[in-house]
Amino acid sequence: MFDLELTEEQQLVRDTVSSFANNEIRPIARESDESGTIPQAVIDQGFELGLIHSALPEAQGGYGEERSAVTGCIVAEELAFGDASIAAHLLAPRLVAYPVADGGTAEQREKILPRFTESFHPATAAVVEPRFDFDTTHFATTAKRSNGSYVLDGHKCFVPLAEDSDLILVLAQEDEGPAAFLVERGTAGLTVLDREKNMGFKPLATNEITLEGVAVPADARLGGEAGFDVARMVNLGRVGLASLAVGLARSSYEFALEYAKERTAFGVPIAQKQAIAFILADMAIEVDASRLLTWEAAAKLDRGEDATREAYLAKRYAAKAALKIADNAVQVLGGHGYIRDFPVELWFRNARGFASFDGMTIV
Amino acid sequence: MIDFELSPKIVEQKNLIRSVAEGAMRPISREFDEREHEKPWDFLKMMWDVSAGRSMTGADANEDPEKKKGPRENTLTAAVTIEELSWGDAGLYLTIPNPGLGGAAVEAAGTPEQKKRFLAPFRGGEPKWAAMAITEPHCGSDSAALQTTAVRDGDDWVLNGTKIFCTSGQMATEKSDGFVVVWATVDKSAGRAGIKSFVVPAHTQGMKVIKVENKLGIRASDTAMLVFEDCHIPADNILGSAEVRESNEGFKGAMATFDATRPLVAASALGIGQAALDLAREELEKAGRPIRYGVADTSLTAAESDFIEAESDLQAARLLTWRAAWMMDRGQRNNLEASMAKAKAGLAVSLATQKAVELLGPVGYSRKILLEKWMRDAKINDIFEGTQQINMLIVARRILGYSSKELS
Repeated sequence: MFDLELTEEQQLVRDTVSSFANNEIRPIARESDESGTIPQAVIDQGFELGLIHSALPEAQGGYGEERSAVTGCIVAEELAFGDASIAAHLLAPRLVAYPVADGGTAEQREKILPRFTESFHPATAAVVEPRFDFDTTHFATTAKRSNGSYVLDGHKCFVPLAEDSDLILVLAQEDEGPAAFLVERGTAGLTVLDREKNMGFKPLATNEITLEGVAVPADARLGGEAGFDVARMVNLGRVGLASLAVGLARSSYEFALEYAKERTAFGVPIAQKQAIAFILADMAIEVDASRLLTWEAAAKLDRGEDATREAYLAKRYAAKAALKIADNAVQVLGGHGYIRDFPVELWFRNARGFASFDGMTIV
Repeated sequence: MIDFELSPKIVEQKNLIRSVAEGAMRPISREFDEREHEKPWDFLKMMWDVSAGRSMTGADANEDPEKKKGPRENTLTAAVTIEELSWGDAGLYLTIPNPGLGGAAVEAAGTPEQKKRFLAPFRGGEPKWAAMAITEPHCGSDSAALQTTAVRDGDDWVLNGTKIFCTSGQMATEKSDGFVVVWATVDKSAGRAGIKSFVVPAHTQGMKVIKVENKLGIRASDTAMLVFEDCHIPADNILGSAEVRESNEGFKGAMATFDATRPLVAASALGIGQAALDLAREELEKAGRPIRYGVADTSLTAAESDFIEAESDLQAARLLTWRAAWMMDRGQRNNLEASMAKAKAGLAVSLATQKAVELLGPVGYSRKILLEKWMRDAKINDIFEGTQQINMLIVARRILGYSSKELS
């Protein structure tokens, strides 16, 4: 039955994450953007909130809380209200932990999940490939079976925290379709290239990686013989990215709203001019619209159904809306919007990333 | 708990209405677009027989709201029903005998006695319509500027003035024993506070339809110009208090009608938009160009990209609409959300239908198929029940906390 009320638990999670984002993330967002680093204390605090391990099984040291894509969306939005790229950093270990928890063999879960329950443990997934027609249903990175092991070849980009990660989940194409492989750092043929220099998302370290004849044992294949539902992982990633976009859009909207009420021109607050007021109204509508589309896709994934279409539409919509809203926030602030003293130009640069990203977070 | 699935009861209703839309509406759609001002009486009588007693907002005149158990889903049910009827034909939907907007006004502002007196006749007998008359030749969105007067004369109110763009106005006042709710001022000097609404029963002396408009679309629905000349109605036909208070209460009460009806107008928009997109998708598939989801943006054709944009805009509008309806059902104030839904849906359906015509090329422009009609029908949703701009203004005032004086 149609319902938009959060559960009590979700409200608690939202409030907790929201105050962390407001009090700890937002104040360091500008400095992190300039320096490209995130203070370890904030990373540790984020971990202490249980962002990674609360939904991992108790048997492997997690809290065993229910995994829910909708709850994941709520968390991602609140974190991104603080800063989208810091949010992506804090959530990055999920890129290995969640797929392993969802689709790993008993041995894989036992071997890998305990790494994530003690402290922030960098780990990542390599999804995107640096080509203009990149498509998550058909990766150019290949995995070929050879003498009971697999050989991976390809080129990936936007791999978060690749340099610090001891484990990279690589999505690659087999003859039968996409599959996922757990590749330990140090495996011969895996090269992590220099840190990428992007327009935005500067605090989030991302790298290109190359795989040249990377041989991994058969048990590196996620899910073993049974394999792994890569499409579902992609969809969970898309609603996650969409939620980050919603959080960013909301921060831009709220900032512009408050500014427009304070800033006066011709004797009245500029918000009293329809030209500005209508921009703000449009922002409010599009923030809500993006969130509803995203939650709809997430709720479908929580029911275990295929939500490829919904997740794709939500991510595309939210990415576009976030860019437009951040752009308009710069516009409402006028010249001040262009100056780095204010956060809106940062949000505008970050917002442009969403259309290019895929698989950089997961719920 | 966050859930986007409709209840089994609503799904059942949706399926039922879809079969009505396919079987009884689509086949006569073109005919009553071209025969403007004529009515499909067989269809109207059938709809009256199956739906008598149900108001536009989904409230059931036969039902005691106090006794009903479980969560209310009336408005959401109505939204889904209206979407399906409008998927069939929005003009025909608008002319289905029904308490309509007039009934919604009575529900929003009437006393229990008035609700019973005015709405009970809609439970049976001959088909009836009720309408709402707000707009005047010289005022539309600025309803506080209306000129129609109501003057107390003994046991009566006496109405004088001209109303235009009254949906189902002819059916409500001349072709059935329905009623029209007329907005008039009891004190021009009091501005908004002087504006009240009055129930004028059909066939009342002094009320006359002097014109039925020729329109761009929704031609199966009559849009009437009504003139009131010393039109006497009983004193207790005023909705709400007759007192002119500083607080604008009467005007606010009347405006509250829109919180209930705007999500339903948005729902009608969704139905037209869905009809257009369903057809466009089907035709593109037949032409070997199915819409693909999840491929690289750079691999999408322009047609796919346009279609996907229209589709997600429409779905966004649908979820905003369902949210506004859901809040109504929970008794929450939904003024902001209702305007958000209406503004988004009116624009989304206008653009989606225009895009669908474009996607189908010359076929889309032809009157051989219904698509061009849907494009014409769609545009009204961007205008009536508050234009897109008026709804944006309401959204802006709510989010900024401004009064209508501070942001006009």
